[in-house]
Amino acid sequence: MSGKPKLHYFNGRGRMEPIRWLLAAAGVEFEECYLETKDDLIKLQKGGSLLFQQVPMVEIDGMKMVQTRAISNYIAAKYNLYGKDLKERALIDMYVEGMLDLNELLITHPFQPADKKEQHFATLVDKATNRYFPAFEKVLKDHGQDFLVGNRFSKADVQLLEAILMAEEYKPDILAKFPLLQSFKARISNIPTIKKFLQPGSQRKPQIEEKDVQKVLKIFY
Amino acid sequence: MAGKPKLYYFDGRGKMESIRWLLAAAGVEFEEEFLETREQYEKLLQGGSLLFQQVPLVEIDGMKMVQTRAILSYIAGKYNLYGKDLKERALIDMYVEGADDLMGFILMFPFLSAEDKEKQHAVIIQKATSRYFPAYEKVLKDHGQDFLVGNNFSWADVRLLEAILMVEEKKSDVLSGFPQLQAFKARISSIPTIKKFLEPGSQRKPVPDDKYVETVRRVLRMYYNVKAN
Repeated sequence: MSGKPKLHYFNGRGRMEPIRWLLAAAGVEFEECYLETKDDLIKLQKGGSLLFQQVPMVEIDGMKMVQTRAISNYIAAKYNLYGKDLKERALIDMYVEGMLDLNELLITHPFQPADKKEQHFATLVDKATNRYFPAFEKVLKDHGQDFLVGNRFSKADVQLLEAILMAEEYKPDILAKFPLLQSFKARISNIPTIKKFLQPGSQRKPQIEEKDVQKVLKIFY
Repeated sequence: MAGKPKLYYFDGRGKMESIRWLLAAAGVEFEEEFLETREQYEKLLQGGSLLFQQVPLVEIDGMKMVQTRAILSYIAGKYNLYGKDLKERALIDMYVEGADDLMGFILMFPFLSAEDKEKQHAVIIQKATSRYFPAYEKVLKDHGQDFLVGNNFSWADVRLLEAILMVEEKKSDVLSGFPQLQAFKARISSIPTIKKFLEPGSQRKPVPDDKYVETVRRVLRMYYNVKAN
């Protein structure tokens, strides 16, 4: 066994992307095994690797971990990106859960049926600009620190940067009213491990293209 | 400050119920403020208590915590229901997340149309009996221990019992193919703090009814047209 975590998912963002971000932020090299067809998924299911028959699945430290949050929590704690005590962890968890709610809108958008897409886009922009970004702008404003929690780089910073960049793909000026998030974005993007992940050739996945949406749906449905 | 956690939510299960379960399991007394009017909710919003404008909200240890999972993780960590190390925590998280997914099918159930309720009922039973219960049955069978993780009572056991009881409310014999889960249910239900929570007069909330649905819709001005997932 190579010792590197091994990610099982389709070759795209979906629910695995936050895990790729976190591993990259922690400077951890990882391997990927892509599901291309439904048969690939069935093979994994039959092999007993998927506790609830679902991916993401990450082989790490002798475990076959499933459930995005569980995997993300484990990686964050192992690589000291989860705060220094229970209260910092509570703040990180609160912020990340909000980001995951926004993330859900962002990652499901390409899969919306044509007649729902416009409404979904409006909801996505509304929630980002009226609910989530204002909350994080305020957090940064109130403490004036470089990072969201405990004056230290954590999973919360990684997750927020990911959400910001994805939201900008949908609406490039989405941070127009959020000066602190703009400088946050610049600052976190410059962290060496993050900077590397943002460069071409990294394991970061692009936004899914229209032509691949059906292929992905066929794997899972 | 009283020191007791204070829960802000509707007088009903929803997303707050698993928090009530965990506090009760840990033997922690808590207070509740029930949202009954739109004005109460707007007051909370204007007061800046709701980080993402949503409830559940729990005031605990000087924090105004929102986001159900964040609250639950904090309580589990504080009251030693989160395993003894990172790997046990990983297992607990996996099992809790699975139970969460199952309960997610039940959460929106009261808000569905009659026709969708029938379909969703079938989905709940199918997912429970073909995906989730078999997974937990196997975990218990493989290690033969009383508790899901680390031979010690944890958040995972509380969550699984909650899920089992909720599914049984939909189909009373749903555990018939799962002997390990039946024994598990009996065992965990007998733990003194849990037993107390299961008795009448506790802060456990009943199955959501029309009044609950009407209150949530009126207070949040949402969930009028919910579709099954």
